[in-house]
Amino acid sequence: MSELSQAAVKATAPHALRKINTRALMVEGRALLALLLIVVVFSLLSPNFLSADNLIIMTRHVAMNAILAIGMLLVILNGGIDLSVGSIVGLSGVIAGMLLEGLEIKSLDLFVYPAVWVVIVVSLGVGTLAGWVNGVVVTRLKVAPFIATLGMLYVARGIALLITNGTPFSKLRGEEGLGNTGFLTFLKGAPLGLPMPVWAMILFAAVFAVVLSKSPFGRWLYATGGNERAAELSGVPVKKVKTRIYVLSGLCAAAVGLLLTADLSSATPAAGEFFELNAIAAVVIGGAALSGGRGTIRGTLIGAFVIGFLVDGLVLVGVSQFWQQIIKGAVIIIAVALDQLQQTLQKRRSAKAAFSPPKPSERVPAPV
Amino acid sequence: MFREAASPPRADVVLRAVDITKWYGATQALKGVNFEVQRGKVTVLFGENGAGKSTLMKILAGVETPTGGHLELDGERIELRSPNQAVDHGISIIHQELNLCPNMSVRDNIFIGRERTGLFGTVDYRGERKVVQRLMERLEEDIDPSTLVADLRIGQQQIVEIARALATDARILIMDEPTSALSASEVEVLFKVIKDLTDNGVAIVYISHHLEEAIEISDHAVVFRDGELVATEDAANIDLSWVVGKMVGRAAEYDFRDAERDYGDVALSIRNLKVVDATGEGRLAVNDVSLEVRQGEIVCLYGLMGAGRTELVEALAGRGPIASGSVKLGGEDVAGTSITERIERGIGLVPEDRQRDGLVQSMSVGQNLSLSSLLEMTRSFLVSRFISGRREAGRIRDGISDVRVKTAGPGAAITSLSGGNQQKVVIGKMLLTGPKVLLLDEPTRGIDVGAKGEIFSLLFREARKGLAVLYVTSEIGEAITASHRIVVMSKGRVVREFDPRTASREEIMAASGESEVGIHPIGTPSE
Repeated sequence: MSELSQAAVKATAPHALRKINTRALMVEGRALLALLLIVVVFSLLSPNFLSADNLIIMTRHVAMNAILAIGMLLVILNGGIDLSVGSIVGLSGVIAGMLLEGLEIKSLDLFVYPAVWVVIVVSLGVGTLAGWVNGVVVTRLKVAPFIATLGMLYVARGIALLITNGTPFSKLRGEEGLGNTGFLTFLKGAPLGLPMPVWAMILFAAVFAVVLSKSPFGRWLYATGGNERAAELSGVPVKKVKTRIYVLSGLCAAAVGLLLTADLSSATPAAGEFFELNAIAAVVIGGAALSGGRGTIRGTLIGAFVIGFLVDGLVLVGVSQFWQQIIKGAVIIIAVALDQLQQTLQKRRSAKAAFSPPKPSERVPAPV
Repeated sequence: MFREAASPPRADVVLRAVDITKWYGATQALKGVNFEVQRGKVTVLFGENGAGKSTLMKILAGVETPTGGHLELDGERIELRSPNQAVDHGISIIHQELNLCPNMSVRDNIFIGRERTGLFGTVDYRGERKVVQRLMERLEEDIDPSTLVADLRIGQQQIVEIARALATDARILIMDEPTSALSASEVEVLFKVIKDLTDNGVAIVYISHHLEEAIEISDHAVVFRDGELVATEDAANIDLSWVVGKMVGRAAEYDFRDAERDYGDVALSIRNLKVVDATGEGRLAVNDVSLEVRQGEIVCLYGLMGAGRTELVEALAGRGPIASGSVKLGGEDVAGTSITERIERGIGLVPEDRQRDGLVQSMSVGQNLSLSSLLEMTRSFLVSRFISGRREAGRIRDGISDVRVKTAGPGAAITSLSGGNQQKVVIGKMLLTGPKVLLLDEPTRGIDVGAKGEIFSLLFREARKGLAVLYVTSEIGEAITASHRIVVMSKGRVVREFDPRTASREEIMAASGESEVGIHPIGTPSE
């Protein structure tokens, strides 16, 4: 919302710009405050928390969830939900593993070893395809997003299990002679000291921040989430927008699938289980409304950091896994409760403002 | 401005509304209304759409709380915070929109929220059933209490709504358009029931757009205009022309009748258009309509709610399918095109319900304005096209000054604007797409007289530049003073056309079926 307005507003109304920014800051500021609080508390409890090594490890954990959360944000901005991302992570990882170990074509008695870039493109393609199916089921068959993606959650996981027959692919290194080496070295690398997932997070965040704030598609997405009927009557291609966000969410999930597979040096069919829940939590903590129309990439990133740092911090100071769950749950609820509270206050304030006489600053355009 | 004082207090006044004001956001729906309801009498409220009748009734029934003023019941001040509280005080309302749960039975709907409980707190279904049977006998309807409401036709659903209000044994019964879906014989039965109720001392407040029907049943008449109570009179002293005169009053502060009348080519041509009613029942909402609108011409579609006007303009805009017939835009058939494609070709709709269909509330004034024409404000960058901030800001600025939106700036929240200015944004959004034909559905609903005049002067200005305008209205004054041609629709058909310079209000209203008791098709659910 705030990112959006800036572009439109900058040239004409500095006052309005400032007003909107403070509002956005309050939403994101709260998440940011929570993040600071987490950092301060854990660095007091454990001297290791702020060490460079630990920060990089934690950020790598955050990065994968953040990429999923970015895809999830697109869907949530539209007022939908994507429960299938965790399974798509598993599926795309398994596809990559299968291709790297070599694809046997029985009828030709042939083993095919695709090059690494082919592996990556095909795996991303499979995840994207799964997302497209989600989109089509939601828009054409008019199945509620919750149900459509719940179905895909099972289907994608089932396909991953079928392909692996339950056992993971672990020969991902490739062979010089076959020309398929480099998958692990590329995705496990750390150019300039930052791990690949972090670079991927930065890339996805940057691209989608621009898409959301600058492209017609981004604006259409906010509009359909805010009021789908009005958007449709305004000529917004509502169905196209809707299909596209599930496709993009699938793409994000597939990317995470590749990164996770490399990270684990193994393609397990169970990879990514329950990832969708962390992604939703990050989006929600970042100030997005589940009803759609409100949310930013920046907020979502902060939300992912809050969740990631919180969990890793709790592990670091030795809080039991059971308590970790409870604390994480409480943080999510508190974040959304505070958000609702603020919305109520804001509505009350704007209702009050409606009674006061118009300010002299209100510009009445000259007659035409 | 002139306002008649409320009559002095009388002994038989049961309910009195004192200095009631009501604001919705920045829009004032009621401006200090004093209103009395008398025991054993039928008080009829007259007024055009948006005059404030329904708002006042909702306040009396506890559905809405007033912004200012208070209610007195039997001389004692009361506060109503919920419809159930009102029912406890003996005040019941039959809403204009049907408020029934279609998935539940007639019996359950009649007792919803007030279930009769027996031993152990379980629902006394048998007792409820008996009550419903008695009510249906009284209303002379053959409806079994266990029928699902979804299986009833609309008229019967309205009967259920009436029965629900009767079941509360109310002392004050408010009926907001109770007959819109009833057949003539059902209306007669209802009137008999009303007579019976008033003989027993029940006070009735009655609203209807069927003026003659309302005059027939009334003991007192009260007229609303622009959120104010402008006249009260005993039934003996009123007739149709008195009511129409008071209703329309000074609303016509603008008059565009003598605007130029040299039109261009045919911009929009509709041939034998049929549209099926979306609410089902296989009825035709638009039945064999043929119509032409020329460049620079402003055509007004007048008629009662449910006459098929909304369905017609929505079908033209591409929302919902057309059963048969053709729609041509500048000679080109638009069959099978989406809303998006039609806007590109130059036909767009300003919808009836601004909040539901017109605005994206979470976006700013500027973003709402530019929403329909974003693609024209892009420049390419790398592989994609992005919105040019400068171009968009410029277009928005032009748009705001073009339609004269009063706002703190393009970044202001759309919800901070008054109804009239919000409507200007919706119209501005469509004008920014450079349309050849502009459709507007009740463009002045719920906005004040000043903004109404501004909106029409805007439309006439655009018409002079060649825009063809087709708009829907239920306000007779507006139809006469702000159009080049009046097309009257009734029950899905075009029944007559009038020249606004020569036609009389009575003629037009009669053509629309407004002053006639009979079978009226169900209206769109909102006022």
